[in-house]
Amino acid sequence: MLRKAGLFFTALAFLCLGSGAAFAERLSINGSTTVLPAAQKLAEAFMKVRPDVTVSVAGGGSGNGIKAIVDGTTHVGNSSRFIRNSEVRMAVEKDTYPVPFRIGLDCIVPVVHPDNPVKDLSLDQLRDMYTGKIRNWKEVGGRDMRVVVISRDSSSGTFESWGDLVMNKQRVVPSALTVPSNGGLVQAVTTTPGAIGYIALGYVNKDVKMVSVDGVMGSEENTISGRYPISRPLFMFTRGWPEGVTLDFINFVFSKKGQEEVKASGSIPVY
Amino acid sequence: MAVLRNRTEKAIHWLFLGIATVSIGILVLIMFFLFHEGLPIFKTVTVQEFVLGHYWYPTDDPSDFGILPLIVASLFVTLLSAMISIPLGVMTAVYLSEIASRKVAEIVKPVVELLAALPSVVIGFFGMVLVGPFLQKTFGIPIGLNLFNASLMLAFMSVPTICSIAEDALYSVPDSLREASLALGATELETIVKVIVPAGLSGISTAIILGMSRAIGETMVVLMVAGGAAMLPGSIFDPVRPMPASIASEMAEAPFRGEHYHALFAIGIVLFLFTMAFNLVADQIAQRYRQSGEASL
Repeated sequence: MLRKAGLFFTALAFLCLGSGAAFAERLSINGSTTVLPAAQKLAEAFMKVRPDVTVSVAGGGSGNGIKAIVDGTTHVGNSSRFIRNSEVRMAVEKDTYPVPFRIGLDCIVPVVHPDNPVKDLSLDQLRDMYTGKIRNWKEVGGRDMRVVVISRDSSSGTFESWGDLVMNKQRVVPSALTVPSNGGLVQAVTTTPGAIGYIALGYVNKDVKMVSVDGVMGSEENTISGRYPISRPLFMFTRGWPEGVTLDFINFVFSKKGQEEVKASGSIPVY
Repeated sequence: MAVLRNRTEKAIHWLFLGIATVSIGILVLIMFFLFHEGLPIFKTVTVQEFVLGHYWYPTDDPSDFGILPLIVASLFVTLLSAMISIPLGVMTAVYLSEIASRKVAEIVKPVVELLAALPSVVIGFFGMVLVGPFLQKTFGIPIGLNLFNASLMLAFMSVPTICSIAEDALYSVPDSLREASLALGATELETIVKVIVPAGLSGISTAIILGMSRAIGETMVVLMVAGGAAMLPGSIFDPVRPMPASIASEMAEAPFRGEHYHALFAIGIVLFLFTMAFNLVADQIAQRYRQSGEASL
C-alpha cells in the first residue's frame, strides 16, 4: 500500500514537472535599441518574480519592433517613437491593432568638449549648426573655432528624434561626422575641441559638457515637467489589448519596481 | 592489394571533389543571396542614380540613395593606404629575405606576422583614441577622425599581409639566380633590384593585391576612425564614409526587406564587384609574370 502510494506520488511529481515544463510561458520582446537596456532590466526583474516565464529580448530598431507587432512575430514591440501613419495602415490591412504603452521618457542633450566656453544654445542655433549654416563657434558666443558637427547614424532612433525635435525635417549637413553609438559619440566629442554632438541623458559623463537648450538644462525633472524641449516618450507596443503573460508583464512595467528598473537603465520613468 | 589501393584512391578523390563542390556551392549561394537582396532597390532608383548620386539620406522621406561619396571614400582610403603599405611591406620583405641575418629574420618575421593577428577593433580603438588627437595637434586640423587616419590604420593592417606573402615569394626565388648574378660581378643591391625582385614579381603583386583587398573590405577600422561623413572629400583630412562602414552601422536598424535594407545589400554588391575586380587583376598579373624555370628572366 505504502509502496503504491509512493509510486503514485512519484508519478504525480513527474507529471507536475513535465507539465511545468510544457506550460513554461514564453514572452518575446523586440525593437528599439534605445528601449533595449530598459527592456533587458525589466525582463530580468520580471523573470525573478515569475520564474515560470522565459522572456527573450532582442533589439532591432523601432521600425522592426512595430513591424514585428503587426506581423505577430513578437509579443511586445519596443519603439522610441510613436507609430507612423504608414504603419497604422499596414496594421489595419492585416486586421491588427497595435496598442501603445508609454513606459518611460528619454531626453537627448547636446554635448560639447569640456573646454568649450559655450553654455547655452537655442533650438534655432542647434538647427543652424546641424544644417551647416553656423560654421564657427564665434557666431554663438564661443571661441574662433570651426564647428565640428557630430551626429548619430541615420538609422538610429536618437537620430530620428533629433530630426523631429530639432531639425524640423531639414537635413543634417553631409559633412557631419556620424558615429554608430552613444558611447562612440562621447568618445569623438571628448577628443575634438570644436565638436558638438547629442546623446541620451544616461550617457552623459564628465568627459563631455552638457549644454542647456533655450536656457533649460536637460534633466529628469525638466523632462517629466515637459520644460525641456528635446525629449521623447519610449513605447512598448502590444498586438491588441494585452492578455495573459503579456498583460502581466505590462502591469509589471508600470509597477513601482518596474519603473525603478526603467530608471536604473538610464531612462526616465513616467512617474 | 592493388584493388584496395585503387579503391582508397577513388574514395579520396571523391571526398576532395565533394568538399570542393560544397565550398563552391556555398560561395554561389552567398552570391545569389547578395544579388537577390540587393537588386530590388533598383525598382526605386536607377543604377545610374545609385552609383553616381551625391547624397546618401536613406531614411529621409523622400529618401536619397546616392553612393558616389561612399565609393570615392573607399577608393581613396584604399589607395592612400596602399601608398603607405606597399613600400613598407615590400621593403620589409626584401630586408627579411635578402639582407637580414638569419637570427634577426627569425625574430622580426614572427613579430610582423603577429601584427596581422591584432583584432581590427583594437587597431580602430588605437586610431580613435591616440592617432586622432595626435593628428589634430600635429596638423592643427579640427577633426582627427578622417581619411588620412583611416588610411594609416588600414596600412597598419595590410603591411603584415603584404610583407609575409612577398617574403615567401622572394624566399622561393632559386638560389642559382642569386649566385649567377653575384658571379657576374653584380653588387648585392643590383642583384636584389634587377634579379630577385623581378623574379618574385608574381608573388609580390599577389601580395599587394591581397593587401589592398583587405583594405577595401575592412569594416571595423573605417567604421571607427574614418569619421562617417557621406560627402566627397576635399582633402585627406576630411571625414569620409567608406562602403563597409555604411553597411555595418546601418544594417542593424534598417527594416527587414525595406528600401534601406535593399540599398545596403546593393552596396554589398558594389563592394563584391570591386573585390572581384581586384582578384582578377591579381590573377592576370600573376599569370603574366609567372616564373617558369630560370631562363625566362
